[in-house]
Amino acid sequence: MAMAGDKVHHSNAAPIPEGGLASGDVINQYTGEKWYYSDIVKDHFFHPRNLQLEDLVPERFDAFGMVGSPACGDMMSMGLKIDPATETIKELKWKTFGCGSAIAATSMFSVMVTENGGMPIEEARNVRPQHIMERLGGLPNRKIHCSVLADKAFRKAVNDYFRRTGQHERVIVEGSRVIDPKLNITDHDIEEAVLEGAADLDAVQQKLKVGIGSPEIIADVEQLIRFYKEKYYG
Amino acid sequence: MREVYLDCAATTPLDPRVKAAMEPYWDVSYGNPSALYRQGRLAKEAVDQARERVARILHCRADEIIFTAGGTAMFPFDAAQGKRHLITTAIEHHAGLRSFEALGREGWEVTYLPVSEDGLVGPAAVRAAIRPDTLLVSVMYANNEVGTIQPLAEIGDIIKRVRKERGAAGNQLPIYFHSDASQAAGFLDLDLSKLGVDLLSLNGGKIYGPKGVGALFVRSGVRLKPIFHGGGQEKNLRSGTENIPGIVGFAKAIEIAEAEREAESVRLTELRDYLISRLTTEIPKTVLNGHPVERLPNNVNVSVLDIEGEAVILYLDAKGIAISTGSACTSTTLDPSHVILALGKPYEYAHSSLRFTLGRATTKEDLDYVMEVFPPIVEKLRVISPVKMEVGQTTISHPEAFAGQGAKVKVGGKSYK
Repeated sequence: MAMAGDKVHHSNAAPIPEGGLASGDVINQYTGEKWYYSDIVKDHFFHPRNLQLEDLVPERFDAFGMVGSPACGDMMSMGLKIDPATETIKELKWKTFGCGSAIAATSMFSVMVTENGGMPIEEARNVRPQHIMERLGGLPNRKIHCSVLADKAFRKAVNDYFRRTGQHERVIVEGSRVIDPKLNITDHDIEEAVLEGAADLDAVQQKLKVGIGSPEIIADVEQLIRFYKEKYYG
Repeated sequence: MREVYLDCAATTPLDPRVKAAMEPYWDVSYGNPSALYRQGRLAKEAVDQARERVARILHCRADEIIFTAGGTAMFPFDAAQGKRHLITTAIEHHAGLRSFEALGREGWEVTYLPVSEDGLVGPAAVRAAIRPDTLLVSVMYANNEVGTIQPLAEIGDIIKRVRKERGAAGNQLPIYFHSDASQAAGFLDLDLSKLGVDLLSLNGGKIYGPKGVGALFVRSGVRLKPIFHGGGQEKNLRSGTENIPGIVGFAKAIEIAEAEREAESVRLTELRDYLISRLTTEIPKTVLNGHPVERLPNNVNVSVLDIEGEAVILYLDAKGIAISTGSACTSTTLDPSHVILALGKPYEYAHSSLRFTLGRATTKEDLDYVMEVFPPIVEKLRVISPVKMEVGQTTISHPEAFAGQGAKVKVGGKSYK
């Protein structure tokens, strides 16, 4: 089966593979189709767009994010190239350890934010999972969480871009506690650094620069490092 | 397109001989067995005969067979004398596991025995878990996901010894031994005189019989209470008008399964080992789940590292091949296979686990076709995947991806939620 190459935008749905997929037991809530997945989902699943074929190395991109779905364990990594003048997305590459819906949804998301010369990142931040689903012709209800993964990886990558370019005030934190208000670093960032193997303040600061301009928060940071070390390695 | 069905542990097609045996009981002999007139008597005779035929296969008395609606059955013990201790395993089918969890919520104490990395339950661990107030030990005959065959007779001997010890110590509490034999039927010896079980569940839909019909062996003297109330059919344990075509079909199916058991087991063991060998040698980083030898003749379960099972299933489906996976993405609860996790593997192994279960229609050519189309699919999905596991890895690959999300993460040999 041929792999869809970079930036290939299929204007028409690719032919359904020989014999097609067997009709499933799930009726698509948007189209009433009895197919488990819509033709568009199948097209993106069998011919994913903007897939990174080699390893996804964060340094080769302007932004990088990797997230896992706590619901099912799927993982997604994403790299972005951004035009600094217009802040539009010039390239989005991804890889996933995920199911049919995760593959199709991320493929579609990558098309949506790079088509027509690329979407500005602030606009792309407003693309919601339901917008991806509309473009896909729907997903079975219990597979919707898979499409959220692309959105989450993207938000994480955009925060990474703002940090790399020193625009800490533009980082958007969700569902976590801000520890370093100057750099917008949260308890989740510290948890992540510890999970990546940073075992003390020096190692965490190498990754995050946390507290470098705010000595008053160091005690708080050290306490969090101890807490997460105890939680995961204790 | 070629069609290759390799999900016989999920269900099997109806054997045409079974279908023929069931035929008259839809509209010719349609009576209600509880009725006294001729049509009723004919129906009753059909049920009685089916019961006797099943009993002959199991080497038990006909009145010890209760026809049910499949392998899924609660253990309706009479709790009037107080809630006692129950023992089962961590790798039971949900039909068993969820029943025990429900009893646990009602206040019964339940011990879930761990298994070895091959999926074996240790008889010594069973012995150690039995307490003076243990009422039931339930161990499946063979596992539905990884095919591991449990040492049932050895565990049966332990139960017998405990029974004697209780008698000597003046402990009046009975101890019962139950086994779910849904996957074992057709491959393993069902002779109850050798197994030492007091309760055994069977399922028609796994043995080329009708779906929605099963049987529960209840050794005489075991006291159960009705699951639900009604007309008092099936010794008042399962009220409701009998499913005559289903019961007749079940009896025919188990007779055929038993008659063909030995020859079919030999044939499938050879095919099973052929597929295991090709999968594990031709596809890098592919590991067998379950026991290499103490294994059902039709079960192949492998984890093909770094790729997700549901995606594999959809790609194989497009090639006409039907298999199943322990990936969370295909389960309604989004939980990864509890069986693969119980073997001590990180969740990625469950996410990547694929089960091929062979059947009467499976040929070597079918397996060659699988090996022709499957490796390129693996290659493609590995290109898509950001995960690079090592064979034998015991911790998850990218815990940092789950930071701050309250996910189940295992680092340094500990699990956290």
